[in-house]
Amino acid sequence: MDQPAGDKPLLALRNINITFGGVRALRDVSFEVRAGEVHCLAGENGSGKSTLIKIITGVYRPADGAEIEFDGKRYSHMSPVFAHARGIKVIWQDLALFSEMSVAENIAFSEVVGRGVRLVDYARIRSIALDALARLGVSLDVDLPLKQFAIAQRQIVAIARALVGEARVVFMDEPTASLTQSETDNLLAIVRNLAASGVAVVFVSHRLAEVLEISSRLTVLRDGRLVGVYPTAGMTQSRITELMTGRTFDAKVRAASRDDRRVVVEVDKLTRPGQFSDVSFTLREGETLGITGLLGAGRTELAMTLFGMLKPASGTVRLDGRPVHFSSNRAAIDAGIAYLSEDRLSLGLIQAQSIADNLVIASLRKILSGGLLSPGRKRDLVDRWVTDLGVKIGRPEDAISTLSGGNQQRVAIAKWLATEPRLLILDAPTVGVDVGARAGIFDIVAQLADSGLAIILISDEVPEVYFNADRILHMAQGRIVGSYDPRTYSLHDIEAAVYG
Amino acid sequence: MSALLQRLNAPFVRDMAGPGFAFLAVLIAFSLASPQFLSGATFGSVAFQLPELGLLTLAMLMPIITGGFNLAVTFTANLSGLTVAWILRANGGVDASPMVFAIAVVAAIGVGALAGFIMGLVIAFTRAHPILVSLSMMIFLRGLGEFLTRGGDVSGFPDFVHPIGHGSILGIPVPMLVFILCVIAWHVVLTRSRLGFSTYMIGSNIEATRYSGINTRRVVILVYTLSGVMCAIAGIIMMARFNSVRVGHGESYLLITVLACFLGGVHPDGGFGKALPVFVALIDLQMLSSGLNILGANQHLATAVWGLLLITVMICRWLVLHVRFNLAPDRR
Repeated sequence: MDQPAGDKPLLALRNINITFGGVRALRDVSFEVRAGEVHCLAGENGSGKSTLIKIITGVYRPADGAEIEFDGKRYSHMSPVFAHARGIKVIWQDLALFSEMSVAENIAFSEVVGRGVRLVDYARIRSIALDALARLGVSLDVDLPLKQFAIAQRQIVAIARALVGEARVVFMDEPTASLTQSETDNLLAIVRNLAASGVAVVFVSHRLAEVLEISSRLTVLRDGRLVGVYPTAGMTQSRITELMTGRTFDAKVRAASRDDRRVVVEVDKLTRPGQFSDVSFTLREGETLGITGLLGAGRTELAMTLFGMLKPASGTVRLDGRPVHFSSNRAAIDAGIAYLSEDRLSLGLIQAQSIADNLVIASLRKILSGGLLSPGRKRDLVDRWVTDLGVKIGRPEDAISTLSGGNQQRVAIAKWLATEPRLLILDAPTVGVDVGARAGIFDIVAQLADSGLAIILISDEVPEVYFNADRILHMAQGRIVGSYDPRTYSLHDIEAAVYG
Repeated sequence: MSALLQRLNAPFVRDMAGPGFAFLAVLIAFSLASPQFLSGATFGSVAFQLPELGLLTLAMLMPIITGGFNLAVTFTANLSGLTVAWILRANGGVDASPMVFAIAVVAAIGVGALAGFIMGLVIAFTRAHPILVSLSMMIFLRGLGEFLTRGGDVSGFPDFVHPIGHGSILGIPVPMLVFILCVIAWHVVLTRSRLGFSTYMIGSNIEATRYSGINTRRVVILVYTLSGVMCAIAGIIMMARFNSVRVGHGESYLLITVLACFLGGVHPDGGFGKALPVFVALIDLQMLSSGLNILGANQHLATAVWGLLLITVMICRWLVLHVRFNLAPDRR
């Protein structure tokens, strides 16, 4: 690749407009990327990042007047085959790999299929795959089926596949979303190598620390418009957040002592062998207890035990002073416990069904009238919670999947508040929620605590519990290994204890 | 124009659009083709023949909405019919009293419910695929029925059974009245009861439903039990219609019930589907068959035309979606 790595862009877009069903998804957006550069595309969900990538790769056709300049030539639009053949590649977040096929077949897939080869030449497939991996400085057993590899290695396979044939511009959509810290570091090193070899890399990530570390320039989109293009040098995470959301956030510790309040929950030496053991804590009205720790620390299992979906082997749970043993989560809900699942997409909400149905599902008894569900009561309940929590919806009959992550999470919280709980367990409530919408979620949490609800806030992001909880428990390998008061410990101390 | 589009998007109109359109198409086509079509005779033939298929379709509907299947509908109906027949025969045959018949009906409904209950239990607890579970039940019931009847007919019922299959009240055939009552019952259960609500939710995502505090096992068991009850009602109507019971009666309806559900807009993956559009879809199918009959077409041809109609509806549905959203962007 002997591309000029100077200021001249390899790929440039100007006057990009596109409309879906009357909504302008992009408005006069421009974008450019240079060869050998790692360029970050930043913006909240719905800001137009994916749409822009799909225009560049020819999936969508922009409105008339658009200019796409690639490698010195001008086009009014792209087509997927054309873009792919010219070396414009995308690695989507879901990777789109074939788990039953071997690593080699996955990597060489497009090359073999694309050329219309009738008989499969395994030797050629292997050599293509090995070449691509060598360019990344990685060695994997290319003959093993992909399903035997962890997500981090699959990510590398997806990158290798993008390099097969010509690769001039590579888009990476949230490549680190499911990786651990050390895996992320490896991946970032690979990305740097790739850029050094002259490929233009466009990096889309929610993790702002990575964005600052890896990229040299930053294009920010907000609500389908270009906010600006900035050099990464001198940027801070909070500045990027401001640019993405158009708002400023100042984080303050809101911890306070609630020792004068009534005890709601007392957990004593709760144990489930292999998952958690000897967990004890008390929680008072209006108090928010943060539980943090790495994935697999037993946090979710603890929450599901409190919620009646798992049975403890030993230990007791007292609710308002009385010991409770739940036969099912229904019994826990009736006793006043609510659990917001960490997996909103497949466990927290029923994506295909309507906003209204998702909101009332846990409190059907409240909308009965004469033994039958009352459409009027249902509407009242939905209206009330949609208004109270400021959920932005079209019609209550629309599928919940039409809402943004933040609004979906508000509906999920509303669903549990409608059951009128005493204890609300929030398991990773900001996963898949934009930075701007996160603040809105925590505003709601603070209001709920002020109204007297006892809250358990589970998160693997220490700052979230630090700024939003009154007390923080650190769980590791099923045990509580630390207890911190945000008023007396610094964020740095707790992060060092948890991540260190 | 936009107001019209808005109204076209209203849930009821949207659900009814497919079967309603097919209804008009069939009605107009046959009215033009044959002057005899729009007559009391056609209405009578539709109203007498529809309920057997219709009741079995209702039995298929709820399991499909949960994302499942009940392949045992026809044989559950047969076994329920046999239950009535045996109890009548053991208590006087043609001289049996109405009281015996009432007890027989309750027993038949019990048999249907039991068959459904067992399927529901197995599906709910083992998470085995409903197709396999209900297929096993279907084979079991068929074998059992054939063993007990030696493959023959059971007949010889008291006279008062005849009107249940052939009588009319206020000009409406009794089977049709029973069917309409069942449609209304299903409509209420699906749209207004907690069970119905949970049925839809389970069809879309059973785990998320369980996490929301709904006893999903109980719902699945109830759905199959109710399906079995509906089969029993179908079995009793069939018994009265044919004046005999034989294992295998109505067997050809099995797959038609599935197709009638889909024609009525029921989502093949579960989670969506309503009783009333399915009712209209059933009328479409029966009118088509009666219309072809009036034109003198072979009965087997009618079955072939049913298949064509269903394929046409699928294509139309796709066209409507495609045209309305104008090449909607990716559907992930």
